[in-house]
Amino acid sequence: MTSAQILWFLLIGVLFSGFFFLEGFDFGIGMAVRFFGRNAAERDTIIQTIGPHWDGNEVWLITAGGAMFASFPMWYASLFSGYYIVLFLILVALIFRGVSFEFRANMKTETWRHFWEWASSIGSFCAAFLFGMMFTSMIEGVPMDAKGNIFGSFTTYVNWFSLVGGVAVSLMCLIHGLNFLQLKTSGTLRDRAQSWNKILYPVLIVGEVLFVVLLYISTDFFAKKPVATWSILIVLVLLTLIAWWGVLKAHNWTAFISSGLSLISIVVLIFNGLFPRVMIATNSAHSILIKDASSSPYTLHIMTIVAFSILPIVLVYFIWSYWVFYKRLKSPKAA
Amino acid sequence: MLNAGLTVLGLSRFQFAMTTVFHFFFVPFSIGLAFVVAVMETIYVVKKDDTYKKMAQFWGKIFLYSFAVGVVTGIIQEFQFGMNWSEYSRFMGDIFGAPLAIEALAAFFLESTFIGLWMFTWERFKPWVHALFIWLVMIGSSLSAVWILAANSFMQNPVGFAINKSTGRVVMTSFSAVVTNPQLWLELPHVLMGAGITASFVVAGCAAWRLLKKDHVDFYRKSLNVALVIGLIASLGSIASGDFQTRYLIHQQPMKFAAMEGLYKNSTDKGNWAVFSSFNTKQHKTTSSLEVPYVLNILSYHKLSGTVKGQNAINKEMHATYDKKFGQNMNYYVPTKTLFWSFRLMAVSGGLFALVAIVGLFFNRKKSEQIMKQRWFLYIMGLMLWLPFLANTAGWFITEFGRYPWVVYGLLTIADAVSPTSTVGGLIFTNIVYFLLFAGLGLVMIVLSHRTLKGGPDAVQMNGYSSEDDTGKVEDPYGTEAFNHD
Repeated sequence: MTSAQILWFLLIGVLFSGFFFLEGFDFGIGMAVRFFGRNAAERDTIIQTIGPHWDGNEVWLITAGGAMFASFPMWYASLFSGYYIVLFLILVALIFRGVSFEFRANMKTETWRHFWEWASSIGSFCAAFLFGMMFTSMIEGVPMDAKGNIFGSFTTYVNWFSLVGGVAVSLMCLIHGLNFLQLKTSGTLRDRAQSWNKILYPVLIVGEVLFVVLLYISTDFFAKKPVATWSILIVLVLLTLIAWWGVLKAHNWTAFISSGLSLISIVVLIFNGLFPRVMIATNSAHSILIKDASSSPYTLHIMTIVAFSILPIVLVYFIWSYWVFYKRLKSPKAA
Repeated sequence: MLNAGLTVLGLSRFQFAMTTVFHFFFVPFSIGLAFVVAVMETIYVVKKDDTYKKMAQFWGKIFLYSFAVGVVTGIIQEFQFGMNWSEYSRFMGDIFGAPLAIEALAAFFLESTFIGLWMFTWERFKPWVHALFIWLVMIGSSLSAVWILAANSFMQNPVGFAINKSTGRVVMTSFSAVVTNPQLWLELPHVLMGAGITASFVVAGCAAWRLLKKDHVDFYRKSLNVALVIGLIASLGSIASGDFQTRYLIHQQPMKFAAMEGLYKNSTDKGNWAVFSSFNTKQHKTTSSLEVPYVLNILSYHKLSGTVKGQNAINKEMHATYDKKFGQNMNYYVPTKTLFWSFRLMAVSGGLFALVAIVGLFFNRKKSEQIMKQRWFLYIMGLMLWLPFLANTAGWFITEFGRYPWVVYGLLTIADAVSPTSTVGGLIFTNIVYFLLFAGLGLVMIVLSHRTLKGGPDAVQMNGYSSEDDTGKVEDPYGTEAFNHD
């Protein structure tokens, strides 16, 4: 393993962290559109909180995918072809939710507005759920041949652990979204988001405990890296508790950052457990290792230069665009 | 011949073609429309004429629909290399992934961030700052074309690489060679000009329909003028860049060129150019054709003499070159009918665009009312708004079908690129769902654009981002207030 390979493994982790932190809350907002908002005006406001941002947030996923292709083509090829149907469903979900915001705003009849609200809620939920399912089933180990082709059965993708993983991630996104909503709105919406999260946090804690138990049973994380795995899990639970406290005390900013960081800690957990592998095979001889999966040193070198010269600029205007819209939105009139 | 039918290969190819063609309805439209809207908003900033602001908002509305569909269908493109073409991804990862990642980093972040800013800040920034946002969106989307075409150009004309002997995979040896690939710098202007044509003739076509109804005459005539000036420049640029590309093709991918011109046998020195031909593709014969002398040579070499190799001769040469590595059973003939007719459709459209732009600008002169009287011409323009989409698709048909049987020219065949894990059942299912989804999205897109047009420029409202400021009550989410909410 070269240092460039490790750097890129970390960078892929950073990109997925960015994706889950940012798209995490807009998945949550997307889910909330239909059943959290009680009338058209409220839903307008809910969507408006992510209006200027959701598109840029999704670019984190595209960048993560592209970077994975560029730096670890063997990983990209195995994962994407092996999770064909799961990724296909994710794409369909992303399409529905992606167009729903613009389309809904321009619908004339209530029925069609409701259709796109459902598209947003179901699409956002499915995308978050399926990403959670994909990454949890991935770390269980999948049946792979020596070339890295995954020949999975239904239970490879759908089993108790991956279902819990899917539910946990979508719940975390919903909570994160509601924390974002508390940050961006005032009045009824903000109060309701707070009271929802007061109930959702205990549920999440139960889910996290269940997740840890199944993680212990289904993966080799504890056997291979007990200290690191336990540390990350403790951090995860602590962050959850801090966020819960933030919700109870209406410290919106604390709650939001903590719920975002707890999503990131899931990414860290996965990447820590994977290392030094990128794909875990049920037959461990077929697992794909970082050292075998990467592009040539030359390509990695080029990509490192490119990433470190462009990413800082991107971050400057990306953060600035959030700064432009930092104010709370006006409360919906009808509420 | 095309491995069509219900095989993993045939279905994967169909899926790629369908998703790409659909995605590419919106890409050139969005790139071009960003430019058109940016020009309109800039005129507003310079002239301070509110009509142009309204114009930027009105056509910008349609741009936003197109952009949304373009974004969501674009993710399919990136994902399906791995999903459907995993062997390709393994073989090409060292070279192909880099431009894709750079595209996301350098282009997608730029356009998506600034489109968010542009949408929601109409009254918040100074007009020139706001106009800058749409220019940045336009630059971002053009940059994305640079990088995705860099990736495509390698598939057409591999440069800056070596083959790793132990793995058999492509390894990048020179990034600068990949970026300076002559194929890229010939393809890019043609694609960007195509984008300009697409947006300007859609705008012109929509304006024409409204002018037929004598609706907002001043507004639509001004729109028409902006569109047709851009359309004229773009169509002339498109013809010129297409000409450069064609002449490059004769040497770079002779088979593609021969099929475009429907040549099986070598051409004679007379340079007969086929206007129409019919083919027997099984026997590799031209059965009949209507020909004009010298035109082929003028198109190919810009002179009257010379000959062009036909597919039969090129097929023999290809066997001589590649049989050692790929075996004798390869078929190097490309889908002649598709290429021949696509080329004619594209070339005729190019000429037509230029012609209509010139006539339209003449009729639409400032102090003349002629444009309102020439109703036949407005009808033609109205109908022509669909033509750029066909022409763009035809262009890509030539580029991609003409590379047959390669996915990476001379290095990897399409058949060797497909995912070994894909199944016929899975692909049938996903193809059907994609098809229905695209049909639905296309329909909504058309309905919404139509509705926006019918509503007219006065009905368009840009999204506001109404913060607490407007009521006078400001709450700072970072302030102490926000932390003490009960």
